Amino acid sequence: MPKDGGIGASTKRREDVRFLTGKGRYTDDINIRGQLHAHFIRSQVAHGTIRKIDTRDAEAMPGVVKVFTSADFAGVGGIPTGWQVTSRDGSVMLEPKHPVLAEGKVRHVGDPIAVVVAETLDQARDAAEAVEIDIDELPAVMDMKAAVQGGPLVHDEIGSNLCYDWGFVEENRAAVDEAFKKAAHVTTLDLVNNRLIANPMEPRVAVGDYEDHSGQHTLYTTSQNPHVIRLLMGAFVLSIPEHKLRVVAPDVGGGFGSKIYHYAEEAFVTKAAQILKRPVKWTSSRSEAFISDAQGRDHQTRIQLALDADNNFMALRCETYANMGAYLSTFAPCIPTWLHGTLLAGNYKTPLVYTNVKAVFTNTVPVDAYRGAGRPEATFQLERVIDKAARELGVSPVELRRKNFIKPDQYPYQTPVAVVYDTGNYDATLDKLLELSDYAGFEARAAESKARGKLRGFGLAHYIEACGIAPSNLVGQLGARAGLYESATVRVNATGSITVFTGSHSHGQGHETTFAQVISDMIGIDASQVEIVHGDTSNTPMGMGTYGSRSLAVGGSAMVKATNKIINKAKKIAAHLMEASEADIELKDGKFTVAGTDKEKTWVDITLAAYVPHNYPLESIEPGLEETAFYDPSNFTYPAGAYGCELEVDPETGKVEILAFTAADDFGNVVNPMIVEGQVHGGLAQGIGQAMLEHCVFDENGQLLSGSFMDYAMPRADDVPFYSVDHSCATPCTHNPLGVKGCGEAGAIGSPPAVVNAVLDALHRGGFTNVTHIDMPVSPSRVWQAMHG
Amino acid sequence: MTKVSMTVNGRAVSAEAEGRTLLVNYLREGLGLTGTHVGCDTSQCGACVVHVDGQAVKSCTVFAQDVAGADVRTIEGMANADGSLSTLQQAFQDHHGLQCGYCTPGMVMSSAALLAENPKPTEAEVRYHLEGNICRCTGYHNIVKAVLAASGQDVTKIAAE
Amino acid sequence: MHNFDFVKPSTIADAAQALSHEGAQALSGGQTLIPTMKQRLAAPATLVSLTAIPEMQGVCLGDGGLHIGAATPHAVVAREAKAHYPALAALAGGIGDPAVRNRGTIGGSLANNDPAACYPSAVLASGATVVTNTRKIAADDYFQGLFSTALHDGEIITSIVFPIPEKAAYVKFDQPASRFALTGVFVAKYAGGVRVAVTGASQDGVFRWKDAEAALSADFSPAAIKGLAMESGTMIHDLHGTQAYRANLVKVLTGRAVAAALA
Repeated sequence: MPKDGGIGASTKRREDVRFLTGKGRYTDDINIRGQLHAHFIRSQVAHGTIRKIDTRDAEAMPGVVKVFTSADFAGVGGIPTGWQVTSRDGSVMLEPKHPVLAEGKVRHVGDPIAVVVAETLDQARDAAEAVEIDIDELPAVMDMKAAVQGGPLVHDEIGSNLCYDWGFVEENRAAVDEAFKKAAHVTTLDLVNNRLIANPMEPRVAVGDYEDHSGQHTLYTTSQNPHVIRLLMGAFVLSIPEHKLRVVAPDVGGGFGSKIYHYAEEAFVTKAAQILKRPVKWTSSRSEAFISDAQGRDHQTRIQLALDADNNFMALRCETYANMGAYLSTFAPCIPTWLHGTLLAGNYKTPLVYTNVKAVFTNTVPVDAYRGAGRPEATFQLERVIDKAARELGVSPVELRRKNFIKPDQYPYQTPVAVVYDTGNYDATLDKLLELSDYAGFEARAAESKARGKLRGFGLAHYIEACGIAPSNLVGQLGARAGLYESATVRVNATGSITVFTGSHSHGQGHETTFAQVISDMIGIDASQVEIVHGDTSNTPMGMGTYGSRSLAVGGSAMVKATNKIINKAKKIAAHLMEASEADIELKDGKFTVAGTDKEKTWVDITLAAYVPHNYPLESIEPGLEETAFYDPSNFTYPAGAYGCELEVDPETGKVEILAFTAADDFGNVVNPMIVEGQVHGGLAQGIGQAMLEHCVFDENGQLLSGSFMDYAMPRADDVPFYSVDHSCATPCTHNPLGVKGCGEAGAIGSPPAVVNAVLDALHRGGFTNVTHIDMPVSPSRVWQAMHG
Repeated sequence: MTKVSMTVNGRAVSAEAEGRTLLVNYLREGLGLTGTHVGCDTSQCGACVVHVDGQAVKSCTVFAQDVAGADVRTIEGMANADGSLSTLQQAFQDHHGLQCGYCTPGMVMSSAALLAENPKPTEAEVRYHLEGNICRCTGYHNIVKAVLAASGQDVTKIAAE
Repeated sequence: MHNFDFVKPSTIADAAQALSHEGAQALSGGQTLIPTMKQRLAAPATLVSLTAIPEMQGVCLGDGGLHIGAATPHAVVAREAKAHYPALAALAGGIGDPAVRNRGTIGGSLANNDPAACYPSAVLASGATVVTNTRKIAADDYFQGLFSTALHDGEIITSIVFPIPEKAAYVKFDQPASRFALTGVFVAKYAGGVRVAVTGASQDGVFRWKDAEAALSADFSPAAIKGLAMESGTMIHDLHGTQAYRANLVKVLTGRAVAAALA
């Protein structure tokens, strides 16, 4: 039994009290005396040449301080890209300029053209209507294949819409082709991974402030990684050195990837505050978020699986077109490549894998990581093609997977796609899933549904993901323009309480609670004596932030490392005070003892001695008790699991109702089961949302058709069931101190193929055996069309 | 600008409002009550739900002048008199019914309205009632569980472990 | 949104007077109008709130059936019409979400005549009368296509009178995002025959499915419409459903509404 507040306990979240009483402090709650309000005028066309911008009438309107255009940003850099991908031919990707405000051309609906800054937001919006903008509309390029076959150029100066043409593992290409020639069976599937909009419930907000007398800039922003924003914006866009730029990300209302990136609005308010010598605030409306937040997914893929006569997977071959949108968002290039191609082995011992990814510019909103990022795309295609193969071969989808699983005695397992899995047990998670979902009783339930005129189906998916990004030296070789370590400073206060400054950032994950649980466990003090501070570059060490299910695996490891330094130093002090050898000092439950004696010092005895060093070995140890550590992981972590979806299809309307969803995950060790389960629940809803509801759709002219919650279907409470989740099949990570793997994205990765596999299972049971695939979202209309169209 | 007065969380208040000033802006900017949030502009997400004369309304879709004189309750007025969490708020914490916290004020206000008219709702009733409150973090599992628990119903069987 | 003057009269006469001015627009619950104004797609100079007029509130039996004040919120209709006209009450209880139902009104919905709104189907299927400050308009004359009605500028719907059917039901298939009707069918059986009104499906807004009415007037059972086919050419095609899909829904939902009315 874990102790309350320690590792393994479902400790209630301390942050909840402020959120439940309306006392959270989100960026939009920050109002600085004298602040102005910015309203962005955005392109209403997807592609066009800017002929004229006349701001004179608007600048004469009440309350207007200034109307900014790209001319005001002539001296600043473009929004940078944090990852460079190299094409098959050795050339580096095409990297067009991404100006803060559009220069010469607009390239997607929502591209910012001008900004009105006024005393009130309403005045800024009123004046925006008086800004005269003359744009010659150009044909928009929307279809990815058309874009690379001579379609209109999104960026004239780079001469192509093909950002890169990546092959992986390029050396295996011929061998893969050869395996397909020898295969007893080949299953081919063409599919689309639908474009999504992250839609954290808090829209983005940025407030810029500037102190004239000191030259100090402050940006308050809705970010998952304030240090990354400080680095990118300071060094590449505005040329502000770090010591003059503070970035604060206070309470942040969800991110799901969309708040990782450096956005133009952040650079704008920071610069405008300096120019105007007054704070400038921008708050996105939801409508604006739909056309300015980076979007997710949007792949078109052909996947092929080659099997031998015994149904062993011989090789996998994929060709993907990945939509980049009109500009490269911060981490866009790495999503369809290194976060996608490296996961194509899945849980299987497929010896040969080759994938080709063509990244394409189109006149759409930029695309970047969204919960899962590359891994959901890999998992979806793999788990769909395996299900299709099982159906073609007339074998059980459960047994086909099991037959090809990497087995528990094969770890560490070198995949053919570069990564090495440290631990796992896929048979265990699959067995657990079948047990929890009462797979054995499914046929009886299906018969009962049939009697009611409904088609019941069961869909299975198994996933693996790579989390805890990542060894910096490795990602550097792969094109990352950043390190991906994490940091922590553990400050022990004189009376024994502890303040931890972490480079991770919590925007719903509960770090303030879980990180304190770890410290409490390590030192043996009550968790209430530990405070977790995050989100402010002025007091936290340089860190890379929170995304990719990395906080505990990387940020937690940094904190453990720093805490171990603290414990080592505390033991030295204890040894001195108890006149014992340091090697004999033990720390347990907040007490230092000398092995084999009854000598004892409390934690507070030691912390006081560190700060009131009267009886203290000053010649060998510094006073104080504060340590910083940076942790750079030696490998990714590899959470994995089996997901099962049971649903009913109404054959008359095509409506799908999910009856049960079961998830059996291996997250390694778990610090707070309650929070881990909550993360899975949320991921499942997003994955089910992708599978059944959500779809970002542009028309042929580049107008966004799903531009509000009226047309972009967010999962609601009555769209989903209670989930059954389990994480008991744990194989701890071998290379981080907590043995943790990460749980934030799993739900969104494993669930879409489970849902679609279940719909197809239901249709096949209903006699619609010619339906081999339905693209997501499997909306009622699409399901009905597949049956009756 | 017109001076608009109403009662908010039991306190008589007044602040300036234009015709176009929405109740949510009146609360957030006029009164500094930033617990009520704005998550959309199409009256869909429910982050802005408050009670007006005892009924849940979306404060982003009501003009402040239209509810002059009304009795308004916001998330800041939901705790017990001694400042401790109400039964419903406590259930949200106990059952992890919130993550990022942004939709939470609206969820609590909508759930409180449900329990006022239906003290022992079924799971389906809770889900249907929360149709107008979007949460992107929790997948709703623990929100529904929290509301059922707050109504005094046994939720131990819903627990995943 | 653009700024405007806000007035809140307490009589119909004062409201009519206020609405006679250039740029004046009626505001009822505002659940559609306010989002529209946020998009700056509507910019009235004066908004005339109709929610403080006592004679436009409430549900009661009277001459010709059930009288519902035009400014009565959906939640009140859901509660108070239940004993008299359960299918109408159920429709009202399924509009939007609880918070929307506490503000949105029947008159506002009818004045807007959104092609996917629920109320128009009830009004048309019931052969209801739309009562305004100047006249009475039969349902068959009132709806004139998408967002278009027989109302003149400044005319105010004051109440709606619903003849009460022997049997009725409304079945709505939600558009998954907005929760408006992707298609909704209201079936009402009167002594003089059956009326079937369809919302959400047609490019021309709410309409009566006359073939189904004839078939159901002869035989009020789901089987009666089995042989009918809904023409798909005038159906809406959008992100959420094709024309053929909506035509199918019309038929399926009509059958289900009949079954529900008989249950």
